[in-house]
Amino acid sequence: MDKNMKILIVDDFSTMRRIIKNLLRDLGYTNTQEADDGTTAWPMLQNGDFDFLITDWNMPGMQGIDLLRSVRADARLKDLPVLMVTAEQKRDQIVEAAQAGVNGYIVKPFTAQTLKEKIDRIFERVAAS
Amino acid sequence: MAEQNIINEEMVARTRALLEQLEAGDEDAAQESLDTLVRLRETTLYQELGRLTRELHDALKSFHLDARIADIAKEEIPDARERLRHVIDMTDKAANTTLTAVEESIPVCDAILDEAARLREDWGRFTRREMEAAEFRKLVKRVDEFLRQCGERAEGLRSRLNEVLMAQDFQDLTGQIIKRVITLVAEVEDNLVNLIRISGAREEESPAADKEKRDIKAEGPSVPGTRQGDVVGGQDEVDELLSSLGF
Repeated sequence: MDKNMKILIVDDFSTMRRIIKNLLRDLGYTNTQEADDGTTAWPMLQNGDFDFLITDWNMPGMQGIDLLRSVRADARLKDLPVLMVTAEQKRDQIVEAAQAGVNGYIVKPFTAQTLKEKIDRIFERVAAS
Repeated sequence: MAEQNIINEEMVARTRALLEQLEAGDEDAAQESLDTLVRLRETTLYQELGRLTRELHDALKSFHLDARIADIAKEEIPDARERLRHVIDMTDKAANTTLTAVEESIPVCDAILDEAARLREDWGRFTRREMEAAEFRKLVKRVDEFLRQCGERAEGLRSRLNEVLMAQDFQDLTGQIIKRVITLVAEVEDNLVNLIRISGAREEESPAADKEKRDIKAEGPSVPGTRQGDVVGGQDEVDELLSSLGF
């Protein structure tokens, strides 16, 4: 897996962004950028050559699920792997995210091990397809 | 109730008259009797409505007069909002202090690890007698420098760990604030239950009113992860659900 891949972390809480950023750095991924909601993230994704998107669901402005849908609807971004890291635990919501084309779903609170497993799994599948 | 009896008696009389008039074919008189019956019915309706209105008015008045409720609405709810905002600020500050200390510590650990690995390799070469005297003299200096740096770095790490330790004081303070807010929420809940009891007194025995009361009790303070509804119980269940969807 390319440890230099460019990752966008989207979460409205700066502390959660910092935690994810630190966990990623621990896993060897240092090329990260941050956005505080979907509205901020969208132009960054459009101009940024990102290889991976990690997003929260519940954010002011544009929600994570809408950001995911926008990514899947965009000709250039539609294949971008998306991992959702969120406190939303309703079955309906998880199904909704799956139907919208999410590649992985992590519920908060989570461990470094879970994050690693999901990222590995996502890129195994990307490599296989 | 006496009034109601009079109305009922009159209705019986009018209905009898209506029947007789209809049998006699006196349409005008029958029409008049019907009108009277409708008026009597409306009178009963309005009386009942009036009584309900009075009850509601009294109930609302007694509820309104409870100074404690006014106090809660005017002072304590806005106060609780401020307190909870303060909790957010404190947890935010603690998290950031901790994160900063960790972010500053990790490169220090990495530097120690890197230099220790390099020294160990060179030291290995020395013990295997693979090192020239000139290089060994340099190695001695590097070891000396490393030991000095280790002391400095450990001191830096210790002071950052202390920052992390001190940042945990938010738990005690926010805990106290949240407990106070929980007490307030319980009081508001009691008052809401009372309001329902007063306004719903007439239907107290009906299952609908009971259900309403239960619902309000069951809601309680909302804690993330304990919400009602079809939620998963953690990452394993998320994985299960997703794999059932073909993930």
